[in-house]
Amino acid sequence: MTTLSEEIVRPPEPPGLLRWMRENLFNSWFNALLTVFSLALIYAFLSLIIRWVFFQADWRPVAEFPLLFMVGQYPRNLLWRVALSLGVVSFLMGVSWGAWGKLIQSFAITMGAMMAAVALIPFPIRDLSIGLRGFMLTAVALIFAGFYIARRWRVVGKWLLLAWTITSVLVVLVILPGLENSTFLTHVPTTLWGGLLVTVILAVGGIVLSFPIGVLLALGRRSSLPVVKGFSIVFIEVIRGVPLITILFMFSLILQVFLPVGSRFDRLLRALIGITIFSAAYMAENVRGGLQAIPLGQIEAAKALGMNGFQINLFIVLPQALRMVIPTIVGQFISLFKDTTLVIILGINELLGIGRAVIQASPEYVRLQLEVYLFIALIFWVFSYAMSYSSQQLERALGVGER
Amino acid sequence: MKSLSLRRSADIPLWRDERVLRLVAQVISAGLILFAILWVGINFVTAANQRGMALNFRFLNDPAEFPISDPVIPYDPSRSFGYAFLVGLVKTLLVSGIGIVLATILGTLIGLARLSSNWLMSRLALAYIEFHRNIPLLVLLFIWYFPVFNRLPNVEQSIVLSGPIYLNSRGIYLVWPKLQPQGWIWVASLLVGFILAIIAWFRLQKIELVYGRRTYYEAISIAIVLICPVFGWFLSGGAPLRMEAPVLQGYNYQGGLRLTPEFTSLLIGLTMYTAAFIAEVVRAGIQAVSKGQREAATAVGLSPLQVLRFVIIPQALRVIIPPMISQYLNLTKNSSLALFIGYQEVFSVGKIAINQAGRALPVFAMVMAVYLALSLLTSAVLNWYNRRIQFVER
Repeated sequence: MTTLSEEIVRPPEPPGLLRWMRENLFNSWFNALLTVFSLALIYAFLSLIIRWVFFQADWRPVAEFPLLFMVGQYPRNLLWRVALSLGVVSFLMGVSWGAWGKLIQSFAITMGAMMAAVALIPFPIRDLSIGLRGFMLTAVALIFAGFYIARRWRVVGKWLLLAWTITSVLVVLVILPGLENSTFLTHVPTTLWGGLLVTVILAVGGIVLSFPIGVLLALGRRSSLPVVKGFSIVFIEVIRGVPLITILFMFSLILQVFLPVGSRFDRLLRALIGITIFSAAYMAENVRGGLQAIPLGQIEAAKALGMNGFQINLFIVLPQALRMVIPTIVGQFISLFKDTTLVIILGINELLGIGRAVIQASPEYVRLQLEVYLFIALIFWVFSYAMSYSSQQLERALGVGER
Repeated sequence: MKSLSLRRSADIPLWRDERVLRLVAQVISAGLILFAILWVGINFVTAANQRGMALNFRFLNDPAEFPISDPVIPYDPSRSFGYAFLVGLVKTLLVSGIGIVLATILGTLIGLARLSSNWLMSRLALAYIEFHRNIPLLVLLFIWYFPVFNRLPNVEQSIVLSGPIYLNSRGIYLVWPKLQPQGWIWVASLLVGFILAIIAWFRLQKIELVYGRRTYYEAISIAIVLICPVFGWFLSGGAPLRMEAPVLQGYNYQGGLRLTPEFTSLLIGLTMYTAAFIAEVVRAGIQAVSKGQREAATAVGLSPLQVLRFVIIPQALRVIIPPMISQYLNLTKNSSLALFIGYQEVFSVGKIAINQAGRALPVFAMVMAVYLALSLLTSAVLNWYNRRIQFVER
């Protein structure tokens, strides 16, 4: 009897490797078969991949133009402007991490890790000069500097939001394109922009600009005014019902027809408008999900306090609903980030477009398409995976579903 | 409404009266929207007149004058544009239909593998899902098309796989059953069998439910499905189908089934991409059935197969089907990316027409109408299904 009770009291030992294997891989004959099958599959696949990646593939088109993939044909002597933008964004990212803590933490860390990884690539690459590598490490340092400054001086979120707004407007409208007739900030037309730079601008711009429109549409869809409600429903359902590519193509082609004769649009701006409108419809549905989750009692309580509809939405419903849908919006951002590849239909050289251009640049690269497209897939994969990982951390920090 | 009538008294000023405010808001918003539409419309008509753009659908009867590769239904450039558009529509529906079936099968298998108690299997499924969910579909299509199916050797140096399957720059040639002259009788008998079986299933099931008499409707329906084709087999002379292998004749393979490189890469890309999302849908659906349900069902003495059939699947399906249908719609919409790899479906055909003769607006209206119709159909089915399962719930 004593031995039995001792056995019950003693905590179970952590399973050893053999025991773990028996329980998770070989607990029935069918599972054993599956294990053998999976092992064979993994072996065949890995040996194929490793042999190809290290011995057969020819990575010249990728290794020769890393800068092309990053910024397109942005003039090389003006690269400091891209670097300045990246530096400021890194710094603000660090400050946000310090001010908002866990909400931003994993985004800031993954951003720093990616830049550090680029700086420390262990192969000599011509484009990736010592200066560029050094700058990448500086940007990582800027993240940490921002973090410590925010912790030291207790930066207020309101001012930080303002700083983000001013910075993004400055970066996208002044620093990167420059000014007409200026000798210091010479004009760089958007046709020269490309690569990851354009992909990020389109995705971030699309999600940020579509946010207010999406919120308005979501509120409109729940409005009791039939005209507003009808318009919102028709807009949302039409946009969600057609593929993004038709919207982009329509904007590239007939936007000018719909606007007053003579108004001209930059190609990148046209793409951004198309993406924003597309994204707004999905944003509206995501926000609506958050709005529906607010208990009716809260709205009734606010009414009882004498608030009007505008105040109820602004101070009671939206703050809670938006907080709830942040992870969904990150998910939408990831799919928008992937969807920006479609702008090559407008002739914009974003990441995939640059890949196509590199292949067409030299007849011997036509054989090497697999290398180029797999490299692009890898970049998209790293970014999307990092964001979805960060989004999981964010969800935990927000405590969605726990309150 | 009640609160409004309570507050109804002479001393509420006009600008605080909620009904008046609502009316004003209504009029203002209607005015704004009307103004925007008018503004866009007037601009459009002005520009269209300046450029001499057509704003009617009369061109649908004009000859299309462009070729469509692999048109599925008979087509040549002298046919009307409306017919060319129809060809595009058929090609869209063809690739989406086959893609949906394949993606459902693959996705379900991967979703089940993800839930497997075998650690290795589950990780393999996870790797597949994470790879496909985090890259753009267009990149996946480019990977399948340009380096792989677009670079197959020419006909003389065809790659031969067991089957025999021939791969060359003109396409993939497979052995395929070919219907013999009398074969339609057998196909008809198959169809009749299915229809009869469905009728028998519902009729007999109703009798069993109403009168409580055992009718063995499952066994009878399956028997009908199996027996009808046997009769059809004999009626059609014993060999309704014959396997036909592709044979090299002159410069090309004849016979069997030919899949173009464009179609194959689009189908593979769409299927593999959507399967990753469907796998997540299936996994979430099965995990949504609480563990207690399975335990309770086992406790009342159901066999594992019965637990699956009567407890797990019916409940999981309710969670699975709505997101599954929206994945189907996504696949259909994504098939428009075919434009980039030269498979001419409805959007590509529309784009050619737009570039050819400046019929931008009517053609766009047609393309969008096709996708909108599909999406409205989908949401109608979804709403119908949701109402049905809600009814069952209560």
